[in-house]
Amino acid sequence: MMNFKKITSLLALLLVSVIGFAQDKKVEMADLMRSNGRIYVVVAVVLTILIGLILYVLRLDRKISKLEKEAKS
Amino acid sequence: MPLFTPPKAELNGPLTVDKNYMHKSWWKITSVVLLLYTFIGGFLLDVPHLPALQETIRNLYFHVCMWFGMMILFTVSVVNSIRYLRTFKMKYDIYARQFATVGIVFGILGYSTGAIWMSYTWADPNNPAFDSFSAIAREPKLIGAAIALLIYFAYMVLRDSINDMDKKARISSVYNIFAYAMLFPAIWIIPRLLPSLHPGAPESGGGGNPALDTKDIDNRMRMVFYPAVLGWTLLGVWITTLKIRLSLLKEKKMMS
Repeated sequence: MMNFKKITSLLALLLVSVIGFAQDKKVEMADLMRSNGRIYVVVAVVLTILIGLILYVLRLDRKISKLEKEAKS
Repeated sequence: MPLFTPPKAELNGPLTVDKNYMHKSWWKITSVVLLLYTFIGGFLLDVPHLPALQETIRNLYFHVCMWFGMMILFTVSVVNSIRYLRTFKMKYDIYARQFATVGIVFGILGYSTGAIWMSYTWADPNNPAFDSFSAIAREPKLIGAAIALLIYFAYMVLRDSINDMDKKARISSVYNIFAYAMLFPAIWIIPRLLPSLHPGAPESGGGGNPALDTKDIDNRMRMVFYPAVLGWTLLGVWITTLKIRLSLLKEKKMMS
């Protein structure tokens, strides 16, 4: 008896969730991801790559400046 | 008597490595700050919620900026080609070449990011992959952009196939003007006339530039988009100036 009640309530809950899913016509965005704070992980990764590339370009700039100084003297 | 005697190319004089804007750091810092803002604001600020596009709308800050950067770099390149043809100073030809090279890099990046973006927003999941692909492959914007890039590849091939330095500079400068003229029908005019899935087509809102139209782009997005264009373009210019300085050094070494 107890088991039957559990299974029916489970099924009812599942049905409710399925109906809820079907009625959810809102455009799906990354709201969940942001509420979890995980989007910041992506931002951190992308920023690391950007800063790495910029440092690389900066190093090239310095090297070429040095070469120019040598060429002048 | 020859009808036209070109002025003698000055080889040694103008090829000095003077201090100029290329050695200033304020615009490089501006570029870095704007790019950092683009990456942080581009991911975290709110964007319009649209069906099918969803979060991919943020690609505006990256994919579209590549094309804007390419356009600006190609414009600087053609200006330098004209300057070369007016003065026959070798350094302008070097400027034109390097701006075109970095412009091509931006173009390839714009093309490949567009390919990724469209395969997740244009392809119809209910259609078989081949049907979807054949619809996408007929896109006038894709074909036009491919033609424009191939014309610029030809510019590089043409340049490097001529050994004589003056002839190389002169022919490729003239070609560069034609290549620039071809950009406009290939990527701006024809895709705006034909039915297309890409924004800016006649039936998707009456044409015009979708990124610049005040009715088309959301105000929140413009707060990030314009700084992003500037930041990416300045980064392109930075890389170009490095290449220019390097090839000026190389030329100078060859002369001495």
